[in-house]
Amino acid sequence: MTATAMKHSSFTHEGQQASQKLCRKADLVAFSGVAAWLETPKGPRQIALFYLPGYPRELYAIDHHDPFSNANVIAHGIVGDIKGAAVVASPLYKQHFRLEDGQCVEDDSVTLCTWRAEFKGDAVWIVG
Amino acid sequence: MSTSSKRHVVIVGNGMVGHHLVEQLIESGALAQMDVTVFGEERHRAYDRVHLSEYFSGRDAEALALCDADYYANHGVTFNSREAVTSIDRAAKTLTTERGDYPYDQLVLATGSYPFVPPIPGNDRDGCLVYRTLDDLDAIREAAQRAATGVVVGGGLLGLEAANALRGLNLETAVVEFASRLMPMQVDAEGGELLREKIEALGVQVLTERATARIEDGDASRHRMVFQDGKVLEADLIVFSAGIRPRDQLARSCGLDVGERGGVVINDQCQTSDPDILAIGEVALWSESIFGLVAPGYQMAKTALSTLTGGDAAFAGADMSTKLKLLGVDVGSIGDAHGNQNPGARMFRYLDPLTQVYRKMVVTSDGKKLLGAMLVGDNSAYDTLLQYYANGIELPKEPASLILPQSGAAPTLGPDALPATAMICSCHNVTKASICSAIETGASNLGAVKSDTRASTGCGGCASLLKSVVDHELTARGVEVDTSLCEHFAYTRQALYDIVRVEGIKTFSELIEKHGAPGAHHLGCDICKPAVGSILASCFNEPITDAAHIPLQDTNDTFMANMQKNGTYSVVPRIAGGEITPEKLVVLGQVAQKYDLYTKITGGQRIDLFGARLEDLPDIWGELIDAGFETGHAYGKSLRTVKSCVGSTWCRYGVQDSVGMAIKLENRYKGLRAPHKIKFGVSGCTRECAEAQSKDIGIIATENGWNLYVCGNGGMRPRHAELFATDLDDEALYRTIDRFLMFYVRTADRLQRTSVWRENLDGGLEYLKEVILDDSLGMGEELERQMQTVVDNYQCEWAGAISDPDKLKRFRSYVNNARPDPAIIMTSERGQRRPA
Repeated sequence: MTATAMKHSSFTHEGQQASQKLCRKADLVAFSGVAAWLETPKGPRQIALFYLPGYPRELYAIDHHDPFSNANVIAHGIVGDIKGAAVVASPLYKQHFRLEDGQCVEDDSVTLCTWRAEFKGDAVWIVG
Repeated sequence: MSTSSKRHVVIVGNGMVGHHLVEQLIESGALAQMDVTVFGEERHRAYDRVHLSEYFSGRDAEALALCDADYYANHGVTFNSREAVTSIDRAAKTLTTERGDYPYDQLVLATGSYPFVPPIPGNDRDGCLVYRTLDDLDAIREAAQRAATGVVVGGGLLGLEAANALRGLNLETAVVEFASRLMPMQVDAEGGELLREKIEALGVQVLTERATARIEDGDASRHRMVFQDGKVLEADLIVFSAGIRPRDQLARSCGLDVGERGGVVINDQCQTSDPDILAIGEVALWSESIFGLVAPGYQMAKTALSTLTGGDAAFAGADMSTKLKLLGVDVGSIGDAHGNQNPGARMFRYLDPLTQVYRKMVVTSDGKKLLGAMLVGDNSAYDTLLQYYANGIELPKEPASLILPQSGAAPTLGPDALPATAMICSCHNVTKASICSAIETGASNLGAVKSDTRASTGCGGCASLLKSVVDHELTARGVEVDTSLCEHFAYTRQALYDIVRVEGIKTFSELIEKHGAPGAHHLGCDICKPAVGSILASCFNEPITDAAHIPLQDTNDTFMANMQKNGTYSVVPRIAGGEITPEKLVVLGQVAQKYDLYTKITGGQRIDLFGARLEDLPDIWGELIDAGFETGHAYGKSLRTVKSCVGSTWCRYGVQDSVGMAIKLENRYKGLRAPHKIKFGVSGCTRECAEAQSKDIGIIATENGWNLYVCGNGGMRPRHAELFATDLDDEALYRTIDRFLMFYVRTADRLQRTSVWRENLDGGLEYLKEVILDDSLGMGEELERQMQTVVDNYQCEWAGAISDPDKLKRFRSYVNNARPDPAIIMTSERGQRRPA
């Protein structure tokens, strides 16, 4: 259980990698996810980018790796909201993860990593 | 026999009651104290004799069986079928069969009864049969092939069932009854007359007050029945159904007490005059009565269980009230229906000669209690009247209101008016109190109550009463039956479906905007999004790859492939009817080789290619489409396959071209989005090699066309499909399936297969037939039109996707790098690749 300790910053991997441009806005799929490679000091890492146009927060970056199935599939899950919090449902065993902080709704002990993602003009950036 | 020191308990007879005792012994744990051996003389294990006539309308011996083939063996019960017991030696405590001698410590006679054949000269002629066992029915079916006319001797309950069977075998049918009316035990003169009219209207000749003097060679037919008044009736086939007699020969020959008119005398503990021998069911005579119904037999079985295990339960007689549907005519009889057992009883009668309905109530002289009732033509008042009778509930001020026609629905006794002791299911002896206690201990819906208490799993006659009691009790406990789809929509799937159709809503965002739950965020969730996606697809059939629909789809629909456990996908092209040219087969092999895909034949006669990476899917499909394949929708909640046997084209038994029909059906319904997946099967003859009766839609060829079966299922909870319509021509078959499928699509819950939908459908199969075949809701044409829209708008989703660069972008594994997913690791097994 780590998520509630992150009150001031919900980004669990802030500052661990250099800021980098990942892709263009046109590569995203509205109200759904795509996967991307992120370069980190520990090597390349797979992340999922979710785009919710028109919402107070439009862009989320979260682990692409699903700890329950051990497969890289989170970007292919269905986006939704549970009690007001934006979530993605794993396409394999259907656990929900909050996009905001990576917390698994069904299992307190599981949290996915999240990153700060931003639009800079037409480009999608992960901010280090 | 076993050498253990446990008691030997032998049950002679494996009918419904004998089987019930075995079940009771198993469930009560009594087998720890005893070894149980069962002897049955028939080749079939215990089957449902109450529904015997369904043997001619599609249910086979397996479907009628009361348990799985290995049920006895799995619980250590020895079952000797086809082994009749010929004598009992009470002194030595052994019994003898044609195969040998067996010891017993306690013995239960459950030998049932045999059909009474009146001592008429000629009653043993070839083609003179009885109606009792599956073998009897086989003999009738056999003989009917060489017959045009049939007569049933006996106009009682079983006689009318037999007449229905002969009608079903396309014989011109007559019923001959000795008494002055049909069903003399259950109905009076008025009721009998009405019954005669209704049955004659079905084309069955009814002859009453006829005693047969002899049977001899006929002129036009095989037999001629000569009556005592000299009149004659000719027929090719004669079925005797003139009552039953207890099979008490074993008891007689070993010196047990029997009644004057037969039946083994038992006490309240079901013991015969030898306390180590018990008797239950129709062979037993309790208080000078034989009980020829299954519910009292089950009560005796429970009493016998208690006696065998040292308990003191007592059989206290049983209510003989009964509700029947004979030749489609409702007949109900409750308590003292004739009013001749209660001096001073008064009667109310209602007779409607136009709708042919007759109802009668027998009440106490003060008009406060119901003593009995009789119903002909309409049993809708039965449940309510039975509760008044069985529970001694005081009648309303104007008792006649219970049988008079109502402008609205018939008056019913609310579940809250029933006392705790009210018997809800008499087959399994379930009272309202036991239902309440099941709910108290956690059963939170109808299904759970049924499996906990077994209520409504016998004859099923109490189904609607049970539902109302369960609903009422759940509501009373504050269990709100919440039918909301999810937190975003306070509607059922069916209600959402209607909204979408009526308002012509074409996108999820519009729907949630207008009809989302108040205060809900508008993203939706993984419950409502795919459900709405499916509704939109079945209404408008726009490509699911359109931008507005993409976020609604499960990943399998998004990528039009089936995600496997390591994140790779499997690919299943359509192989309609399981027919494939060698050229296309070669292409499948080449594609599988090129992309190194694990290859397996599926249960639905297709070929599944596993292990494809997301980014390879468009290339794989490009090659498949070039070779003439199209998507198989293996990923969708939609039509999967139409399985077929090879049919009349090649098979010497086939009577229709089952492959041709399967291909036509698969091409008609491919792409139809539904609440869940749909599977079809088409068999070219009754040998049923395509296993169509385990499918949502099963079609079996007949000499005259096609028989349609619906709502079957394999999988976790297998269910035999039910016969829905017979001898349809091609056009009628399409029309019926169009209506059936669209009605399912409209009314089922999300992820509800047709089998579960059917089991939850109020009114059951009859209702479904009314809606689909008789068009009782007047929506038949609309359903057909809607299906035609879906058929007309079909397009292969994969062909659409690979020709659209925007849609293809979606199949990149990563948006910023073509590096493959290093986590997908494969190993080799039996010459193919599989996940490590």
